[in-house]
Amino acid sequence: MKPIYFDHSATTPLDKSVLKDMEPFFCDKFGNASSLHSFGQEAKAALEGARMQVANILNCQEKEVVFTSGGTESNNLALRGVVFGLLKKGHKKPMHIITTKIEHHAVLHTTEQLEEIFGFQVTYLDVDQNGLVDSKKLKDAIKENTALISVMYANNEVGTVEPLSEIAEVIKKTRDERKEKGVKLPIYFHTDAVQAASYLDLDVKKLGVDIMSLSGHKFYGPKGTGVLYVRKGTIIEATQTGGGHEENIRSGTENVPGIMGLAAALQLAEDEKKENASKVASLRDYLIRELPKKVSDVRLTGHPVRRLPNIASFLIDGIEGESMLINLDLKGIAISTGSACSSGSLEPSHVLKSLHFPLEKIHGSLRISLGKENTKEEIDYFLEVFPPIVEKLRNITGGIL
Amino acid sequence: MSNKGFGPYNEKVIDHFMNPHNLGEIKNPSGIGKVGNPTCGDVMQLHIKVEEKNGKEVITDIKFKTFGCAAAIATSSMITEIAVGMTLDEAKKLTRKDVSDKLGGLPPAKEHCSNLAADALHKAIEDYKKKA
Ligand SMILES: Cc1ncc(COP(=O)(O)O)c(C=O)c1O
Ligand code: FES
Repeated sequence: MKPIYFDHSATTPLDKSVLKDMEPFFCDKFGNASSLHSFGQEAKAALEGARMQVANILNCQEKEVVFTSGGTESNNLALRGVVFGLLKKGHKKPMHIITTKIEHHAVLHTTEQLEEIFGFQVTYLDVDQNGLVDSKKLKDAIKENTALISVMYANNEVGTVEPLSEIAEVIKKTRDERKEKGVKLPIYFHTDAVQAASYLDLDVKKLGVDIMSLSGHKFYGPKGTGVLYVRKGTIIEATQTGGGHEENIRSGTENVPGIMGLAAALQLAEDEKKENASKVASLRDYLIRELPKKVSDVRLTGHPVRRLPNIASFLIDGIEGESMLINLDLKGIAISTGSACSSGSLEPSHVLKSLHFPLEKIHGSLRISLGKENTKEEIDYFLEVFPPIVEKLRNITGGIL
Repeated sequence: MSNKGFGPYNEKVIDHFMNPHNLGEIKNPSGIGKVGNPTCGDVMQLHIKVEEKNGKEVITDIKFKTFGCAAAIATSSMITEIAVGMTLDEAKKLTRKDVSDKLGGLPPAKEHCSNLAADALHKAIEDYKKKA
């Protein structure tokens, strides 16, 4: 039997049609988009075509689309770039940043560095047990010196979709108040939309965000490609300096084949969004319904309704995630877990910890993240092989907890 | 299928993990050792049966239960293999390293898991001594 891939939040396969769109740009149309000659012009035209395609999907201007090397770089550039830009403009330290406890490490480790090295103040908002950020709490956290707010669109471990529009409203009010009072310090809204891209609306105007991160390999595009949307007028400084590419926000010869792939994949995701979202949601709901019938002491993590259509995440009592992962992989099923024993650092998932689950429960975390190629037969196979694995592992533990 | 390595684990570790030896509990054990792993919060329990043989105290039976990763389960299984038939004096000298060596080595991040096994055995022996 063909191995079953249930780990699309980690990465997705490149869509074969996307590969076709990339191919000409490796060997034939290989020019440097900055070169003036015909080779360069050819690459430049392709690059700008891709930019237009992405801008259309995000409902923004072409100049607002910055191509990067992925979600991690986009998040780094968003946070550090804004902060550096404000410093350069003469805004005084200490400035304040608000984010949440359940962000990806690409955000959290960046804000930690901004605290440690640059003396920024950072508030890490709590979330409720479903992983939801409270926009009222966020409002209360805003201070006179708050310059940046970063809240993810959808969480990668439990799939909870955050109330971005509500948060945008709060930020808009603050902005208006500052305008009235003549306060010069801007307040920007960044969102990490890396997990949302395949299934949720990416219209930046509707979302009300100023800056948004995307990563190509999460929506059947190539790895090492990303986008940062930066609304016109946003103060942002390059963090990678050089030849002044990408409106001088991100230097480095553009990865033309990668960018072509990213744009094609995003277009495909946009075209198939409704269809794919409803397909994976019905598989997800089937799994969420059936699993507790086959395995005792299972609970769903994340929000019951406000969740990504493709993520089903659970805590399974009395078993450890790494043991579960290996057993499933030996049966040909790839999943992921937030268990401490499975992480290189032996730290349990910071997301599940922030959802207030005790350590021993987090041990039994299981994340199934579906993709458009998954089938009901695959879910049925999982439902068949998983219960005996749980039974076996619970037997090894045998009530000593 | 289980006689292959997996990721950072070698064949032998995976074999013990998938088919653990001496799993369970002993009725009226001579000693019980239960320890938690402070690094990741995992738990292991060993039951030993100690009997006099030729004037020496020998571990004649040993059983385990473990809540933890593949390394924790494999080392549990392995220590039961090594310790059964040993005198208490021999068993007391068993170290974490003996267990991981016998398994052909553990990934560096998982060396600490074998502490559980050695500690649980030593605790079970102490428990027996206290009772005896
Ligand atoms: C929410 C989120 N943000 C950022 C990233 C990082 O993206 P990339 O792998 O493209 O660096 C990921 C990927 O794991 C993610 O899930
Ligand atoms: S028991 Fe947790 S890492 Fe081995």
